[in-house]
Amino acid sequence: MINWIHPGLLLILGALLIPLIKGKAKKICMVALPAAALIDCVLMSPGAYGVVHFLNYNLVFGRVDRLSLIFSYVFSIMAVIGIVYSLHVEDDSQHVAALTYIGGALGVTFAGDFLTLFIFWELMAFSSVFLVWLKRSKESIAAGFRYLLVHIFGGLSLLGGIVIHYAQTGSIEFNSMMPYAGGLAFYLIMIGFILNAAVPPLGAWLADAYPEATVTGAVFMTAFTTKSAVYVLIRGFPGTELLVWLGAIMAIYGVVFAVLENDARRLLAYHIISQVGYMVCGVGIGTEMALNGSSAHAFAHILYKGLLFMGAGAVMQMTGKRKLTEMGGIYKTMPVTMVLYMIGGFSISAVPLFSGFVSKSMVVSAAGETHRQAIFLMLTLASAGTFLHTGLKLPYYMFFGKDSGIRTKEPPKNMLIAMGIASFLCIFIGVFPNALYSVLPFPVEYVPYTAQHVMATMGLLSFTALGFFMLLKQLDPELTISIDTDWFYRKGAKAFMWLTNKPIANIEYNFIGEIYEFIVQKPIMKIAEILKLFDTEVVDGTVNGIGKGTVRWSRVMQFMQSGQVQQYALIMAAGVIAIIAMVVMYF
Amino acid sequence: MNIFERNLEDPKRFKLIKKIFYITLVVIALAEIAVVYVFHLGHGHFRFENLPAFGSIYGFISCVLIIVISKFIGHLWLMKKEDYYD
Repeated sequence: MINWIHPGLLLILGALLIPLIKGKAKKICMVALPAAALIDCVLMSPGAYGVVHFLNYNLVFGRVDRLSLIFSYVFSIMAVIGIVYSLHVEDDSQHVAALTYIGGALGVTFAGDFLTLFIFWELMAFSSVFLVWLKRSKESIAAGFRYLLVHIFGGLSLLGGIVIHYAQTGSIEFNSMMPYAGGLAFYLIMIGFILNAAVPPLGAWLADAYPEATVTGAVFMTAFTTKSAVYVLIRGFPGTELLVWLGAIMAIYGVVFAVLENDARRLLAYHIISQVGYMVCGVGIGTEMALNGSSAHAFAHILYKGLLFMGAGAVMQMTGKRKLTEMGGIYKTMPVTMVLYMIGGFSISAVPLFSGFVSKSMVVSAAGETHRQAIFLMLTLASAGTFLHTGLKLPYYMFFGKDSGIRTKEPPKNMLIAMGIASFLCIFIGVFPNALYSVLPFPVEYVPYTAQHVMATMGLLSFTALGFFMLLKQLDPELTISIDTDWFYRKGAKAFMWLTNKPIANIEYNFIGEIYEFIVQKPIMKIAEILKLFDTEVVDGTVNGIGKGTVRWSRVMQFMQSGQVQQYALIMAAGVIAIIAMVVMYF
Repeated sequence: MNIFERNLEDPKRFKLIKKIFYITLVVIALAEIAVVYVFHLGHGHFRFENLPAFGSIYGFISCVLIIVISKFIGHLWLMKKEDYYD
């Protein structure tokens, strides 16, 4: 009897059906697959399932506990929302790629050993890159290749770490790496994980690739790669001090780049980096409250970030514009999209009664409880920055601001429904935080709605708004792009190509070529000439001489071979006489 | 014309919205002070959290710092022409 169905395999195998069916049935199937995965996850009870003996290893496909469950819930909820959002897209390959990608994320979530983890980890990278490529523009193909190469690097680091870990411990079980802290395997695996979590300086791939993805593809991408990385970090590296600081720096890093950004979806991408910073920081703090906070924030984040990308994507799809400098005044024709986007904006900004308020503050409070003043202040500053960009700057320049004259209409209904579901959940979590808290990995004692917390947050946000309106002129988006750490490989690749095409090619043609000609080619030609001379003069001469001699001798012989019988008889008679004469003379 | 347009495009109503915004700011800052000093509900992790209107002041400072410093770094170093990588 089957007592456990892997929700990830359900999606991966189910995705193969989609190209085979048409019309309404296809749409029903598209929604039914992630819905079935969600129900599957909800019905699961903790335990170890899907244990496969392979060679000498025990592969565990289904490690089900409270930590894997909460991530599986939000992954499959987001899968449903994302699929509804992309129902209108007539491109099967995008749907297949998206469902395979989500299946990979669920596979990572339930993986109990490193080998299974690695397989699904790579599957995620290789399926998600299609969500970038399938935009089918020159930029997205280039960005997709960069994305893939960076993830292959991360994957190799992870694999190297796994191999070393196995060699040292003889086990491929995926549990906390903290007993092995400081070893090479520890760091290699961590690099693999934090690369996917987009921790700087390894995180530039995110802001590079996501804005180049398709409108619907980007919605999926925001949810799974970084958050599955947060999940494995919670599992493997809780309490790693380095992560506290990387996370806090990351939270501010994303904010700084968001100030400079003109591309709407790239601005949001930088705020993914900022928000994941809170989660990474929580993992580093490592207390039960902090890990709860990271999990809760991942849960809330997936929903509101998906909502924000859906909103920005809807505007992009309907207007054909992606730069803030080209937008403005769109609220007149897309008011519903604007309101739904703002719900996402308020959620990420941690406005009371929205989801971010009850999740983000857990991490910040955990920093407070562990007496980390600097971290507390850095995270709070980043909160102001989050509201500044996602809640104020982006909607201001996209929906309000200087009227661009663009008149469009609301996006297709399925997009609005998907945004509506996400909005509902954002508010629901904000109003009823205990619904979320009850599924967190550890028991929750935290109370988000205290008078001081609410008022301090309201003060923080409203005075951020004041600062925004005062410095509005400063914030006008500019027609620029910002260099990030992807500079090293983008310019690096250019430098490499220049190096091969210019100096190396020049050296090859002008220097090595010359030398070759001088010491190899020319002597060979000389020897060849001598050989040719020998060939023509000696060999040919001999052959020709024999030929000529034969001709001359033949001419002499011609006289004797006249063909006249009398002559032959005469010569024969002369011969006989000569022989008789010789015989007579001899005796 | 939707409800947002009616309120934002009309200069009179827009002025009123602005006024409400400023009044709200004052009310929030005062409420923040009241929570700690009148109702004694301040139980932050750090002493500075109980400073008068800490959230409001820190929010404003953060906002200004983020904008000014980011733009400074941006213009000095990070921001490039759009065809930089082409």
